Amino acid sequence: MTELSLNILDISQNSVKAGADTINITLTETEETLEFVIKDNGCGMDEETVNSVTNPFYTTRTTRNVGLGVPLLKLAAEQTGGDIEINSVTKEQDPLIHGTELKALFYKNHIDFTPLGDIISSVVTMIQGAPDIRWSFVHTAPGKEVTLFTDELKAVLGDIPLDNAEVITWIKEYLKESYSN
Amino acid sequence: MKSLAELAAIREKMKDKVILREGSGETRVVVGMATCGIAAGARPVLNAFVEEVSKQGLSEKVTVAQTGCIGVCRFEPVVEIFEAGKEKVTYVKMTADKAREVVEKHLKGGNVITEYLITNV
Ligand SMILES: Nc1ncnc2c1ncn2[C@@H]1O[C@H](COP(=O)(O)OP(=O)(O)OP(=O)(O)O)[C@@H](O)[C@H]1O
Ligand SMILES: [Mg+2]
Repeated sequence: MTELSLNILDISQNSVKAGADTINITLTETEETLEFVIKDNGCGMDEETVNSVTNPFYTTRTTRNVGLGVPLLKLAAEQTGGDIEINSVTKEQDPLIHGTELKALFYKNHIDFTPLGDIISSVVTMIQGAPDIRWSFVHTAPGKEVTLFTDELKAVLGDIPLDNAEVITWIKEYLKESYSN
Repeated sequence: MKSLAELAAIREKMKDKVILREGSGETRVVVGMATCGIAAGARPVLNAFVEEVSKQGLSEKVTVAQTGCIGVCRFEPVVEIFEAGKEKVTYVKMTADKAREVVEKHLKGGNVITEYLITNV
């Protein structure tokens, strides 16, 4: 991927596919690092699945989940000296608090660090694609904090869906302004 | 600063209209947004469709939706157009510019752009 924000968009789609109704995305930057966490309350993965997903080529499992998304993210993180971590609880393991949390850590000053890129487009795309999910987005960096909670928007919008064109435009402009402050 | 009051205004304005839910439009534009699609540039294509459909005043008729892998990774970004009573049209190797052109010529003007079809790349 040419931008980290594309990986974030891609990984968020796993949470959508897992049937989550709440997805929290936090991006935390320091001078040296960028860490993002995507937490969902979807169906979760058992341990074997987690292992096969992060090590697609080294699994003994015959019915492995062949995907590109997580391995690409892992590669992007590791090539900066960082890593990814997945913690997951399946619905069977715990019918109440199931879900997945994926953390990815990047070292920004490493030559192989892929810049974050257009994160606003990614957030807007997530909401447009799954307007019924409760999204939260929190991006903190030195001297900066940008937040978006779709619950707050829904409280104002009532029946108007979040993927309404004017609402989508508002969200995009809101994020642009938040970032430029 | 953008305020929630503006959202309330959008709601007020829409109040009298029949609210069209996702999928209720007679035309559906479906953009492949699996990993292969995203890596190939599907995000700006999707956003160009969303913006241009609204700009051309087609929001009530056209729904823009996302899907997973359409199955022709090597031709990503791929966009499928479903119109009531017509055969599905598949555009491949899309860009944001081509997306705007499809909205204008195909969705608004009613003419399929044959050079972007899968059979012509
Ligand atoms: N948040 C999640 N919740 C539940 N299962 C997940 C989650 N993330 C990943 N998985 C599981 O891991 C598999 C591999 O994910 P990955 O993103 O690598 O590939 P994919 O989504 O299947 O396909 P691709 O990303 O290439 O389009 C998924 O198919 C799914 O079974
Ligand atoms: Mg995936």
